Amino acid sequence: MSLVALSRKKSPWLLHFETGGCNGCAIEVWACLTPVYDVERFGMVNTGNPKHADVLIVTGCVNARSGRVLRNLYSQMPEPKVVIAVGVCACTGGIFHDSYNLAPGADRAIPVDIYIPNCAARPEAIIDSVLHAVDLLEEKGRSYDARRS
Amino acid sequence: MIGKTVIPFGPQHAVFPEPFHWRLVMEEERVLDAIPGIGYMHRGIEQLATRMEFAKTLFLAERVCGICSFMHALAYAESLEKLMDVEVPPRAKYLRTIWAELARLQSHLLWIGLAADAFGFESLFMQAWRVREYVMDMVEFTEGGRVMTSSVTIGGVRRDLHEEAIEFLLENLDKLEVGFEEVYQVFTEDPLIKHRTVGVGILSKEDSIRLGAVGPTLRGSGVAQDMRMLGYAAYGELEFQPVVEDSCDSYARMVVRLKECFQSINLIRQAIKKLPDGDVLVKVRGKPEGEVVTRIEQPRGELLYYIKANGTKSLERFRIRTPTLSNLPPLMHMIKGACLADVPVITLSIDTCIACTER
Repeated sequence: MSLVALSRKKSPWLLHFETGGCNGCAIEVWACLTPVYDVERFGMVNTGNPKHADVLIVTGCVNARSGRVLRNLYSQMPEPKVVIAVGVCACTGGIFHDSYNLAPGADRAIPVDIYIPNCAARPEAIIDSVLHAVDLLEEKGRSYDARRS
Repeated sequence: MIGKTVIPFGPQHAVFPEPFHWRLVMEEERVLDAIPGIGYMHRGIEQLATRMEFAKTLFLAERVCGICSFMHALAYAESLEKLMDVEVPPRAKYLRTIWAELARLQSHLLWIGLAADAFGFESLFMQAWRVREYVMDMVEFTEGGRVMTSSVTIGGVRRDLHEEAIEFLLENLDKLEVGFEEVYQVFTEDPLIKHRTVGVGILSKEDSIRLGAVGPTLRGSGVAQDMRMLGYAAYGELEFQPVVEDSCDSYARMVVRLKECFQSINLIRQAIKKLPDGDVLVKVRGKPEGEVVTRIEQPRGELLYYIKANGTKSLERFRIRTPTLSNLPPLMHMIKGACLADVPVITLSIDTCIACTER
């Protein structure tokens, strides 16, 4: 395993973006970063910069205005990257699904790899999903490296 | 001397958990003008409510904001109870008070953590959120969920507190108080925190009234206004005074919130002591008709619900005015003339909740 591939698996950095919704999942994502749940023990760090991030966590339902920002953030992240849709709003639109200005799910704006439907998503579920994301990141990284060499 | 520059601040920023956009017109390090850009979190809740059944709208109202979801459900239930002339059982009123104070505690502790993060005080952020988990445990044990609890309903509450839950509450309140005392000491004694907040974001008493500030922002400017004094739920039967600070800066607003945490712990203890026996839910029949306005003290300030119903199964008009919307004009006033580095601290000092504001 190359050094780059190893570091990807060892310490993936998270970027969190709240696209809309009620904030409930956003505070649960933040709760994951703090001492009781503590995803930092898996080497994950919350970053505010998309260019440093490996995993994008999307919470909330996507409207036209925030969808544009979301696409921007996604395109600025370096390959390989994994997207997690946290909460039922990010998966399908949830209780707001037939509102006049919403896309039903974040996957209408960007490709999503992992879905966690729940309102609001529990920290345990979020930790589980980021661990899946690590495996997925390794897999994507392998095919990315193969394409490049 | 350089000319004016415009710096975009947000919508995605490490300090805010929500998308909020500032266009800051700068002259060197000073902010000349700040133009807020909102609309990233609009979901059309007011229009959705006119298509849903009024009983289901309770769940929609709860999802206006994930941090103070209980307060929104409470405001909605109180409004419909006024419209339909429902008398809520006294035990339900007390339970509502207990849960509302738990919601205030978790919201204030969340804010305290984010504020510490904005100063760059990472370990204090972690400590505040560690203490917050005691509150979340209490919420989960007594209401059955961490964020969306759906424990309020029209005509009372869905869950009752049994002996074991009351013991759990009292035990955890003690743990919380000990933990919070440590965080409180750091906030009030640390010279670095004072350096970042004292004299930053001045909002004088006259300005706060003129610009329509609410909640801790208003109380930090020396005005004793608290919607809980109106006596909704069981607040009329409990003893408390609004927390007021007179120094009018970010530090005063921070101290108001810190002291309100102790006040909330005290209120929960009082409510548990006075908790009456009896039912927690009355059956509600019929459909609402008429107009009603309800005012409730949310963690961030005054929450106003206006509901117009015409006797059909869905509401005719559903209007929410949230505290952050009222606090935006004072915030714009405070930011003018500040340094760029103080913008996150000042923005956080009103405790912005964009999800509420844009609905």
